Amino acid sequence: MAVEGGVYRSWGRYPAVGNQRIFRLHDRFAALSISTEVQRVLPYGHGRSYGDVCLNDGGGLLHTRGLDRFIAFDVVTGVLRCEAGVLLAEILDLVVPRGWFLPVTPGTRFVTVGGALANDVHGKNHHLVGTFGCHVRRFELLRSDGERFECSPHESADWFGATIGGLGLTGLVTWVELQLRRIANPWIAGEVVRFHSLEEFAELSRAADGDYEYTVSWIDCAAAVGRGLFMCGNHAPALSAERPQVSHKKLRVPFTPPVSLISGLTLRAFNALYYRKQLAERTTAITHYEPFFYPLDGLLEWNRIYGPRGFLQYQCVVPVEGGLDLLHEVLGQIAASGSGSVLAVLKQFGDIPSPGWLSFPRSGFTLALDFPNYGERTLQLLERLDVIVRTGGGRLYPAKDARMAGDFFRQSYTDWERFSAYVDPQFSSDFWRRVME
Amino acid sequence: MRKVLIIGATSAIAEATARRFAAEGDALYLIGRRTERLEAIATDLKVRGAHAIACEAMDVNDVAAHSAAIDRAQAALGGLDTVLIAHGTLSDQAACQHSVTQTLAEISTNGLSVVALLTELAERFEDQGHGTLAVISSVAGDRGRQSNYVYGCAKAMVSTFTSGLRQRLSKRGVHVLTIKPGFVDTPMTAAFPKGPLWAQPDAIAAGIVDAIRKQRSVVYLPRFWRLIMWIVRAVPEPLFRRASL
Repeated sequence: MAVEGGVYRSWGRYPAVGNQRIFRLHDRFAALSISTEVQRVLPYGHGRSYGDVCLNDGGGLLHTRGLDRFIAFDVVTGVLRCEAGVLLAEILDLVVPRGWFLPVTPGTRFVTVGGALANDVHGKNHHLVGTFGCHVRRFELLRSDGERFECSPHESADWFGATIGGLGLTGLVTWVELQLRRIANPWIAGEVVRFHSLEEFAELSRAADGDYEYTVSWIDCAAAVGRGLFMCGNHAPALSAERPQVSHKKLRVPFTPPVSLISGLTLRAFNALYYRKQLAERTTAITHYEPFFYPLDGLLEWNRIYGPRGFLQYQCVVPVEGGLDLLHEVLGQIAASGSGSVLAVLKQFGDIPSPGWLSFPRSGFTLALDFPNYGERTLQLLERLDVIVRTGGGRLYPAKDARMAGDFFRQSYTDWERFSAYVDPQFSSDFWRRVME
Repeated sequence: MRKVLIIGATSAIAEATARRFAAEGDALYLIGRRTERLEAIATDLKVRGAHAIACEAMDVNDVAAHSAAIDRAQAALGGLDTVLIAHGTLSDQAACQHSVTQTLAEISTNGLSVVALLTELAERFEDQGHGTLAVISSVAGDRGRQSNYVYGCAKAMVSTFTSGLRQRLSKRGVHVLTIKPGFVDTPMTAAFPKGPLWAQPDAIAAGIVDAIRKQRSVVYLPRFWRLIMWIVRAVPEPLFRRASL
């Protein structure tokens, strides 16, 4: 195993951790030879989680991007097996031309399969198909003592449940087998509807859930009323009315500006404009799947716009019952603080349970926000939001968290104790140490 | 569909290049040292679209085995259009300075084995009168430097040998390509601190595929190394002697 140093950050660029040894993995058959000077290690994929679940200060990172081989793909059944460091983008490049698609995809395709499994990511179709982990057929887990488990819902089922959503703590996932979803072409027949209140959003969501595989909303959180755009779509039928192509030219944020470009002023202006980006209340269009699922992937390294101090993501889920009132309270707090979020995303999760014990999604409304890091001011706002979410019986998404209190985590993830017995004695993370304090 | 033989197929540059061949539906025959890794790569290339794929384990220093291995590749693919020779080890210069055995072993792996393979392949390609022999040399072969002149002299041998071979075989319609990568971020160079001069294996692979298509003679990859090495070669010896590169 190769060793090197260097600063590794998560996608939120907060916190920044320099004190980690990097072990780059290239061979899935090799044992984990963890040197004695490194106490604890943690798998690190493509660094797209936001907070500290992918960081391990004072320990080692097992960089998995070199485990990027496909192992099998059955074009008839759509079963794909690949090493854990393969990116979802690489899977799409391979399978879309052959009529298959990811069963579940998060808002960026630049994550590894192992990272998607470890964070049990969800997508716009959660209400119909559940999380990423619901479509994992099997995987191999390599423990630091050299033991290998082939895990599925039927074999080593406890390791299967602990590892899906297990934040990389149960060992190294070397390969994953997924069930893909059939498509006729790469196009999405989509619809965008403006809503003027959270109640209207809930009504749209209820009405669309049966008809649309994908639903998500953008919400203008500079305006406390809960207005926004409801976006939904389906894979286009074989005879698609239009066949838009996608540009492969990507823009990149070339450097990190000295201060965040997102301020109260730019934020209100952007939100107000975006809310009015379409003249009609309702529009329909056929788009390529890339802009539909991954609008931000077109702007490489967009996280730089928040400046050197980075930003904090906040994603909560609250129960349907009483959920809208909680969201009103949350939006009220944010509007009052003046430090709103550009990309406020709202969605109603379905009730399909994940096999993962520590999986985040559950039936209810989920709201995802990002805040430029203004230090104490931002942290205090997020703590006020915690009180609202916690009182309402909600919880936060570890993949996006860098600061929730340990007792909040332990109270809201009731399986944590059962899970902790499955943590590899040589694995740990900044997140895990923080919430176990 | 090309029929491609890759020697040193588990190297990062070779694997990245093979993926580009596979995506174009080429038929591939892989030779490397470690069977398990070869098979993992072969399976991956099959999934990525390789028309046909086979592999075998061989130690390039076992010169007596070369001819039969090439025969098997030729038989499996039904001929050979392109050969990529990509194997190599990054010599531990300090250790070589204290060990004749290690110095000669490095020169054998990085230089002599390539000469042996090319001698065998040149005969066949001269007879068939078409095809490409693409060989990975290195910028290190352009001038001996105190930090890696053992590796460098083996690569100089490869560069010089391919230069002569190119002259000989071009008259028979055979293309000989000398590839000189600079610093590449691979498992072989994992111990080095990385700076802005470092390139990813896939960028090198793109350059190799392009150079084969355009029938180039000598390519520096990335291309700015041509300028850097021109300067390194131009430094007068009295000055070069005092430097520590």
